[in-house]
Amino acid sequence: MSQIEEVSVAKFKHLVSERALTGETMLLNMGPQHPSTHGVLRLLLELDGEIVVNCIPDVGYLHTGIEKNMEAKTYQKAEVMTDRLDYMNTMGNNLAYVVAVEKLIDLDVPARAQGLRVILTELQRIASHLVWLGTSGLDLAAMSMFLYCFREREQILDIFELVSGQRMMTTYFRPGGVWRDVPVEFEKAVRDFIKIFPKRVDEYESLLTKNPLFIDRTVGLGKLDGAAALSYGVTGPTLRASGVDWDLRKARPYCGYEQYDFKVPVLNDGDVYARYLVRIEELRESLKIVEQALNKLPLGPVRSANRKFVPPPRSEIGVSMEALIHHFKLWTEGFSAPQASIYSAVESPRGELGLLLEGDGGPKPLRVHLRTPSFDNLSVLSQIVKGHLVADLVAILSSIDIVLGDIDR
Amino acid sequence: MDKKLEPIVKTVQEKFGASLEEFRNEAHLLVKPEQIVDVLTLLRDEQNFEMLSALTAVDYYPQDAPRFHVVYQLTSLAKNLSVQVRVPVNGSSPKVPTAARLYDVANWREREILDMFGIEFDGHPDPRRILSPEDMEGHPLRKDFPLGYEEPQFTFNFDEIDLLKPYAKE
Repeated sequence: MSQIEEVSVAKFKHLVSERALTGETMLLNMGPQHPSTHGVLRLLLELDGEIVVNCIPDVGYLHTGIEKNMEAKTYQKAEVMTDRLDYMNTMGNNLAYVVAVEKLIDLDVPARAQGLRVILTELQRIASHLVWLGTSGLDLAAMSMFLYCFREREQILDIFELVSGQRMMTTYFRPGGVWRDVPVEFEKAVRDFIKIFPKRVDEYESLLTKNPLFIDRTVGLGKLDGAAALSYGVTGPTLRASGVDWDLRKARPYCGYEQYDFKVPVLNDGDVYARYLVRIEELRESLKIVEQALNKLPLGPVRSANRKFVPPPRSEIGVSMEALIHHFKLWTEGFSAPQASIYSAVESPRGELGLLLEGDGGPKPLRVHLRTPSFDNLSVLSQIVKGHLVADLVAILSSIDIVLGDIDR
Repeated sequence: MDKKLEPIVKTVQEKFGASLEEFRNEAHLLVKPEQIVDVLTLLRDEQNFEMLSALTAVDYYPQDAPRFHVVYQLTSLAKNLSVQVRVPVNGSSPKVPTAARLYDVANWREREILDMFGIEFDGHPDPRRILSPEDMEGHPLRKDFPLGYEEPQFTFNFDEIDLLKPYAKE
């Protein structure tokens, strides 16, 4: 770039204090390239010595126009865009999308597919929380956490590779079911994970939960009360650490979550330590759901038999003319959805992942809005870091667990 | 529609003359732009809709009156209910009063709509673009904003396209 623009404080006059205008406090950029911002996030900080007076987050460095791109694709093809959204929660994004499409076109899903969806999304939740635990440990100089967490996450990604062929960009759930049935090795792989994981969570806890250094750096930091959290649209573990008992899996069950017995951990402190404890407890609860869903997993088809929306199996195409026609129609034109709008939401590891999906009667959506939890969760940051040290800002930022792909879309 | 939601919808309909659309058990209330702050205040203070789950817009181009719908998805945690309020806006200099004083989340979400659709929010505390660069022209999620505007650059036509590219040159 040839032009280097002088950034003047005048542009941010309404966001900083009077003292910044006289030069008494300092304005400092943190990011966009900074290891502790968990991606390309820029924070404009107003500092009084080491104390944060104001924090102005600047997002959009990872904006890729996913919503616009989805409008130009058929309902089946638009699904691959959702993987790229929140790259720590690919299965969960697929789930949010297919649940929304199924609601729009009113499609049934067989019980086995529902069970598989629950198992894989909960494994994804564990994997996502593990990345969070590892990286936020790293932010607080707990180097070994990162290595241990990624060891277990790798095991989950191997399971994903087993079922979908991909470690991260899975696109395994499809409207009406899942891509194909899981291989025979799937059950053993998940059982192995269920066997080792509870012990590993205890190990993580023994490293951090009672560690005086960790407690010093987390307790009482970044306090957020329930009412403010709701006003800022904060959801997920961050909201539940502020004393609000709200989990879409319990409140509005989807994919048969009502069959499983699990607790929603809620704490009242609303600080960084409470958010840590809530997520650790969620690791255990998610594992409980995985185990129950695996024990209950019924046999049967994994895709809906509604041929107007779900392509027929390969074996039918050779012998049935109708199957061939359906296959051809679905892969050239796609299926049409009614001219109507729905909003559906699922609980992602970060909170309420909602989709506003509007059809125009044709095979492409008129509007797909992704209500991503990180976006709203980050907007509360400027409120909860005021008066804290810069070093603590890093801890607070990592405690709300943002993923920049989820924010910028 | 949920049984518990019916009286709430009825109150809004009677008070503001809102029209109702129903689809797959969802209730969508259409109100005028100048009423939106009152509707949201009523729903938040009297009916416990504590959270504004989603705030976005839809573009119905080439239709012009109304061209946009601004969509407010409200959630009540206490009653476990959801209701959607929609505000139709015309295509020429679209403007809606801000909801940022009622729900803090509206601050960033309205900036996103301003950025993506060019709908202005009257009285917004911080009306800047949020996702795209501040010097960008146009609003990407409008239907008349082309997708794939840039011609792909290959080895054989690299220089030719490079000349036409709008980025800053020495």
